[in-house]
Amino acid sequence: MSDMEETEGTEGPGVPVAPHRVIGTPPPSPRLLGSTAVAEHREPATAAGEDEEEVVGVPHNVGLPPDDPKMVLHGKRAERVVAACFTLAFFAGCAFIAAYVGIGVGTVDKTLRSNLGLGSTLAATLLLLGAGALIWVRHLMPNVELTEERHELRSDEKDRQAFQEVFKEGTGYSQFVKRPLIRRTLMLGTLPLLAAPIVLLRDTGPKPGTSLRNTVWSPGRRLLVYGTNQPITPADFSAPGSMISIVPEGYEENDDQLTKAAVILIKFRPGELDIPTRTQGGTLVGTMNWTVDNIVAYSKICTHVGCPVALYEQTTHHILCPCHQSTFDAAKGAEVIFGPAPRPLPQLPLTTDSSGYLVAKSDFTQPVGPSFWERG
Amino acid sequence: MSDTDFDVPKALSGTGGWLDDRFHGARGLRVLMRKVFPDHWTFMLGEIALWSFVILLLTGTFLSLFFIPSMTQVTYHGSYVKLDGIKMSEAYQSTLNITFDVRGGLLIRQIHHWAADLFMAALIIHMLRVFFTGAYRKPREINWLIGVGLFTLGLLEGLFGYSLPDDQLSGAGLRIFEGALQGIPIVGTYLAFFLFGGPFPGHDIVPRMYIIHVLLIPGILLALISAHLFIMFHQKHTQMPGKGNTEKNVNGQPFYPYFMAKGGAWFFFIFGALVLLATFATINPVWLYGPYSPVAISSASQPDFYMGILEGSLRVMPAWEINFLGHTLSLSVLIPFALPLTIVLGGAALWPFFEQWATGDRSPHNINDRPRNAPVRTATGVAAMTFYGVLWAEGANDVIADKLQVPLYTITWIARVMVFVGPALGYIITKRICLGLQRKDAQELLHGYESGIIRQLPNGEFIEVHQAVNEERRAVLEAKPVPALLPGPGAADANGIPAPSSRGLLGRARGVANRAFAETIPLETNGHGDVDHGNGHAVESGEEHAAVGAAPSGSGHGQLPAGDAAEEEPREGG
Amino acid sequence: MSWINARRRRPAAGYAALLLGLVVVALAYGALTSSGSVSQASAAVGAQQDTAAGKRLFQVNCSSCHGLEAQGTSQAPSLVGAGAAAVDFQMSTGRMPAKEVGAENERKPSSFSTREIHSIADYIASLGGGPAIPTDQQVDPALGDPGLGYQLFSANCSQCHNAGLSGGALTYGKDAPPLTEATPTQIYEAMLTGPEAMPVFADGAVSPQAKRDIIAYITQTRVEPNPGGFSLGRTGPITEGLVIFFGGMGFLILVALWITAKRRDPRPTGME
Repeated sequence: MSDMEETEGTEGPGVPVAPHRVIGTPPPSPRLLGSTAVAEHREPATAAGEDEEEVVGVPHNVGLPPDDPKMVLHGKRAERVVAACFTLAFFAGCAFIAAYVGIGVGTVDKTLRSNLGLGSTLAATLLLLGAGALIWVRHLMPNVELTEERHELRSDEKDRQAFQEVFKEGTGYSQFVKRPLIRRTLMLGTLPLLAAPIVLLRDTGPKPGTSLRNTVWSPGRRLLVYGTNQPITPADFSAPGSMISIVPEGYEENDDQLTKAAVILIKFRPGELDIPTRTQGGTLVGTMNWTVDNIVAYSKICTHVGCPVALYEQTTHHILCPCHQSTFDAAKGAEVIFGPAPRPLPQLPLTTDSSGYLVAKSDFTQPVGPSFWERG
Repeated sequence: MSDTDFDVPKALSGTGGWLDDRFHGARGLRVLMRKVFPDHWTFMLGEIALWSFVILLLTGTFLSLFFIPSMTQVTYHGSYVKLDGIKMSEAYQSTLNITFDVRGGLLIRQIHHWAADLFMAALIIHMLRVFFTGAYRKPREINWLIGVGLFTLGLLEGLFGYSLPDDQLSGAGLRIFEGALQGIPIVGTYLAFFLFGGPFPGHDIVPRMYIIHVLLIPGILLALISAHLFIMFHQKHTQMPGKGNTEKNVNGQPFYPYFMAKGGAWFFFIFGALVLLATFATINPVWLYGPYSPVAISSASQPDFYMGILEGSLRVMPAWEINFLGHTLSLSVLIPFALPLTIVLGGAALWPFFEQWATGDRSPHNINDRPRNAPVRTATGVAAMTFYGVLWAEGANDVIADKLQVPLYTITWIARVMVFVGPALGYIITKRICLGLQRKDAQELLHGYESGIIRQLPNGEFIEVHQAVNEERRAVLEAKPVPALLPGPGAADANGIPAPSSRGLLGRARGVANRAFAETIPLETNGHGDVDHGNGHAVESGEEHAAVGAAPSGSGHGQLPAGDAAEEEPREGG
Repeated sequence: MSWINARRRRPAAGYAALLLGLVVVALAYGALTSSGSVSQASAAVGAQQDTAAGKRLFQVNCSSCHGLEAQGTSQAPSLVGAGAAAVDFQMSTGRMPAKEVGAENERKPSSFSTREIHSIADYIASLGGGPAIPTDQQVDPALGDPGLGYQLFSANCSQCHNAGLSGGALTYGKDAPPLTEATPTQIYEAMLTGPEAMPVFADGAVSPQAKRDIIAYITQTRVEPNPGGFSLGRTGPITEGLVIFFGGMGFLILVALWITAKRRDPRPTGME
């Protein structure tokens, strides 16, 4: 850092002059970073023979002249550095091709090695090219500044006038203003075309109809454990505090139906489960009668925006949805106790069939999942 | 100069001539070669987004050669043996294939995803820079609007892009998107069913997202980016305040070869940084998440960071639903879905016009503002950032709860309060800081900076010598706009009629806004353009302040300034 | 002037002081905090793996909270019927003996030997039955199907423990721990007995075979290398977002500062 310049003290000769700058105070020279240099000439000189079309500035060297021996030495050094960067980039690039040819994939381990090999060589190539180019600009190219003039963006009045005249003339030729019937019928004629793209999108999907109101659960449909696809009896599910994910029999792999029909099954200790009997618009939506042996089934589809509400805390009997933290009390009919979900989880009426397996008594008595306009 | 001592090779000049015969390019290209681009590191942020976009196009093309945008269920028997026998969509299978069976596939996939994240991050930082320096003002309002449009399209593009592999994490995000969509009043269920081709998930969404992601939105993005660059080219870039920088000039280095070389270097550095990330930092490990199933979900399910504000809004909202006449209006979903992004993006889009209305400033601006010189703008920007940031952090609330051991609901409650209190506090504090910095600048201009040199006066007092600021700094400090006050409701013309724009509710609101914008700490000058010392004597730059013996005890200036002794540097002895 | 004084006003001085302060505080903190509390337990003389020894160990170490007959007190539940598996899980992970009543118990090194734990487990099993400690074959990951394990895990486990096994937050300050340290036996026992807030996955719903599949999935996933580079904690987009801002943008901003920095040409010859 060389900012030591001599200044005259105002006390006159004989009084020692303090150094111009103390460490930690601002330097007198222009600030280091991000500044535009102090150029000597600010008026853009026009190049010889230029006319009024475009004024092109003339760059000025604000650094040392290029034939200064220090600059020559500096230039030689910089050239070596830049050349080294580019040469290393070449080797890195070759290494990249070698890595591609030599390192195979097909297992997790091999993929790791391939990624490491290809990535590090490619990164090295790119960064070295970038560094080389940058050092080239900063240390080899002369320190040149240029000033360019900004032209007024607004056109001058006579141009604007001329434009207006031509525009009016052309409009006059078209008689657009003079003949309102043409104007209006033109707009009329093009209106349906504007609606056409929207109309053409109609067949992108079916109308929702009542499909959001029902699921595939029906009387006697067995509950299957998701993954193993095995039916389940109350005896299988007798440990208090148990929880498992359930899918309806016959639809184990039907994602479209599982999006509505997934169920969470929970077993309570005697006395813990206390589902209040609730109706909504005259329809029964929750009752202890729909449980079997302190086993209750709720829809696993969150009533907020439809994530599977899957976290179950045995100790607090809270069902927590991991997406937005809607929390439902499983012991009390899955009523909402925190979070953005607006409604409790619908309860699936349960019973057992002749073989003792848990089956649905009927479909859910209210639409499951997120709310929608026609829900009621 | 000896550097130009060469002949242009025949091949080059021949080609150039051939083209010029057909396209008349000599003059235009000559102007282009000398075109000046001002040099400030904050001007390079938009280019990060530009080059990231180019890298996205390149890597995306590679990926599109291997990716199969189909939701047909297949049974997996590929290289990732842990999932052998599992049913999954072809889209997910092809993604596993790219990752584990195509050399360079994982690298390119990760470069692509990191580049998407970098694109959005660079856009945010670039937009903040443009906002805080007022570079959106006339004549650049259209470019600002194009920028807001680019950001919005980028959000959608990223959302569809990371949902293409059809993995558990992005599938959960799509489910949330569909659930929110179906909650829109009147048309929601129709929109959802038309988009997904039926109930969720259906079989159509991945191919549809694919074509939107690789063709539709990139096409629009290309067009908008081209327009954005062309406008910037035509109007010339803004400049930071500094010596020699005026509203009528641009200072910098010529395009050819300086800006080309620096731009090229920048491209290589950005690409290199992305490849480094792709080599050493895993992103979107879809093999760990597994294929999507509507029955399964993981903890810590978040979208990519740029969707964080939406995620946080959905989490922060308390339950609220209205049922009437057989219809349900789920405000717990609609408000978070629609409101925060509308506030942020709509506010951003409208801001240049609001500022013009409030300040009455219709002149073009080519010199950027220092943020401290526009306190209301800066404070509003910080308030918006706080609003965005609180919701963004809330989107990560379960991870924060887990890693920092804070109870889950507590974080949500804090966010519920801070989403309102935070921006207000941010505004007030920032505005005060800006005005304080303005005061400091005015003082610096007036009294110079502390030079670190202590001097003892003959009467025994110690003073710190102040140096007047150098030319460069002076130019920066003095490039401070003086905000104009519009005529208030009280002001009237010669006949006693108040200005029409100040009448009525809107007029009074405008007056309030105008007065807020006009609050500033003025620089003191003595009319000659020199900074006034406070007692009528102008100080020229370079002179040391201590005029020895000019006064008894003093402030170090050697004079007794009237009334501002309390603000001077501390006197010896307290 | 002393070496420090000469450099006190350098721009880097502030950073150096801050760094020194951080190092001092970190060292002091590390020295002052204990390395994690280990339960105070006197290893009783339980040489044989029998119920009597187990009963003695139980009465010394556990009965103060669980009651002399394991019947439970106001501070801890009854262990009658809890089963050997529950005892083995809780004690081998160090969760029991608990540090304090009511707190969520974290994994920590156990101060009991396996033999001691098994004898206590035998004793508890003798009181009221309950799930037994699984055999080695029951928990052998090599015999499990990780694909099926993935399906069960994703529907019943990953919502708390995370698809990348890094754990997750529950309500009221509880959390589901990461699954990176549990042994196959402990995983089996946890599913079987449902410790603390974790639900129970009894054999009727998740068969022993299915449990083994889940164990295979977990053990394979946690040792699986990360082909894409560092895993960033397997937490997902949140860490990715932090990395792109602080890592990616940070690095690039430094490069931009370099690109636009003021050129410092060598000083002209002749002016020294």
